[in-house]
Amino acid sequence: MNALNTERIRRDFPILARTMRGGKRLVYLDNAATTQKPECVIEAVCDYYRNHNANVHRGFHQLSEEATEILESARARVADFIGAGSPQEVVFTRGATESINLAASAYGAAALRPGDQILLTVMEHHSNLLPWQQLARQTGAELCFIPGREDGALDMDAFQQMLSPKVKILAMTHMSNVLGTINPVRQCIAAAHSAGARVLIDAAQSLPHFKVDVADLDCDFLAFSGHKMLGPMGIGVLYAKRELLDRMRPYQTGGSMIHRVALRDAVWADVPYKFEAGTPNVAGAAGLKAAIDYLEAAGMDRIFQHEQELVRYALQRLDALSGIQIVGRAAHRGAVIAWHMKNVHPHDMAQFADQEGIAIRAGHHCAQPLVVRYGFAALSRASFYLYNDRHEVDALADVVEKTARFFHGL
Amino acid sequence: MAFEDLYREVILRHFKKPQNFGPVSDEEATVEDENPTCGDHFRLRVELQGDRISSIRFDGRGCAISTSSCSMMTERVLGKTPSEARAMISEFLGMVQGTCDPSDESLGDLAVLRSVRDFPVRVKCAGLCWQALSKALDKLSA
Ligand SMILES: Cc1ncc(COP(=O)(O)O)c(C=O)c1O
Repeated sequence: MNALNTERIRRDFPILARTMRGGKRLVYLDNAATTQKPECVIEAVCDYYRNHNANVHRGFHQLSEEATEILESARARVADFIGAGSPQEVVFTRGATESINLAASAYGAAALRPGDQILLTVMEHHSNLLPWQQLARQTGAELCFIPGREDGALDMDAFQQMLSPKVKILAMTHMSNVLGTINPVRQCIAAAHSAGARVLIDAAQSLPHFKVDVADLDCDFLAFSGHKMLGPMGIGVLYAKRELLDRMRPYQTGGSMIHRVALRDAVWADVPYKFEAGTPNVAGAAGLKAAIDYLEAAGMDRIFQHEQELVRYALQRLDALSGIQIVGRAAHRGAVIAWHMKNVHPHDMAQFADQEGIAIRAGHHCAQPLVVRYGFAALSRASFYLYNDRHEVDALADVVEKTARFFHGL
Repeated sequence: MAFEDLYREVILRHFKKPQNFGPVSDEEATVEDENPTCGDHFRLRVELQGDRISSIRFDGRGCAISTSSCSMMTERVLGKTPSEARAMISEFLGMVQGTCDPSDESLGDLAVLRSVRDFPVRVKCAGLCWQALSKALDKLSA
């Protein structure tokens, strides 16, 4: 397998050519928050509005046919990309957050009884925590949390102990947006299934970076966002097994999701339309399709390899700095690194980086319980993608060192 | 003022050695406040004697901007009446939000935080303790 040509890839991303305050070159290391967009994605969105814009599934005119074709071909492209059995298992949403809320309310509400358990991990993003907190409150189910080990890996022994017939849902992240840990979801799904539970995988941080195949994983639900994988904001996906979608009640009701409506009742449309009330984000779907085309052309395996090399190099550079504590040391990890530098608040760290045109993130990263679990109120985080290179790792390590020296020297 | 000068000056004086900084237990705290985006957390204890702020102390963890802002604030308002303190609160918040431009004389040390207004995410850091003080004064006068 030949390596990614980062130099060529960078030319596809117009924003990477801009300069920041003080004429600094942009070093974008906040990819876990959102990723930049290649020209082809921007063009797909523009092309939709410029040449094909119309509402879908309703008009009998040519534009409406074209818009419908764009939406449905994007759905088929997603299904193919994630290995779904059919496009009907792909529900378009606004993003991972909405996907999880959809699953929790449309599936969870009917599936849970008081005393049942919902199993999560300590490393969930608030998006995969709060919908289940709400659901637990509403149904009388209990929330249980698979603990994390000191190194940031999941405690799989504890997980095995926690499985019982009471567990009805396991909802877990594939990859932590703070620790970088890649969880052994395949093994977790199999174990949960033998205990009789259904499993939702939050793939917001995994699917953009390596091959994820729902048939291979055998997950029941999978959620992700377009904007974290080079696509536009405002489009995301909930994958669910057909048999579950058929049984689930609608999430929102309104236009587009019905078969027939009378004044006092209605018959829902078939899946997936039953879950897509209102006018969909067709431009977003067009952009997501272009993003998938781009990622596959680059090669998911190549992207993963590239990021593995970058993260190894970044860890090596950062580890050489005195006073740094890297939070998350799991052996199987993606290209997200969180750290704390002695005597330097993460806010100040991010501000010093920003002065150099380097975009990193500081705070609790929408995973407050996790950050607290590892003994901090806030952490700094750098996250990488296919267009990042070793020079940018060097720039990061240099500014971390410079900031540390500044504060330590006081 | 260059960004690093801001940091240098503020930090030298107040981040490393915050003034009026000492343990404030939950029971002692007049108010608690936090910056939800980053988890910064402060406890503030304010005491009045007659019509003056006779004692003020804070505790917690924050970035250089929020810690130094709090440290300078405690120095500024100690011995002032609540209404004088309130005037300082609105002057300071106005300055960092960019809605007013008080003179350096009236700001004293706090003038070094003027350039915070150019960094929108830091406005909250600088203002956190001032908002807490405002709540504390409300509480004490209630
Ligand atoms: C692990 C994880 N899950 C869910 C989300 C939520 O994604 P979105 O805000 O796009 O809905 C994120 C985004 O930060 C994430 O990192």
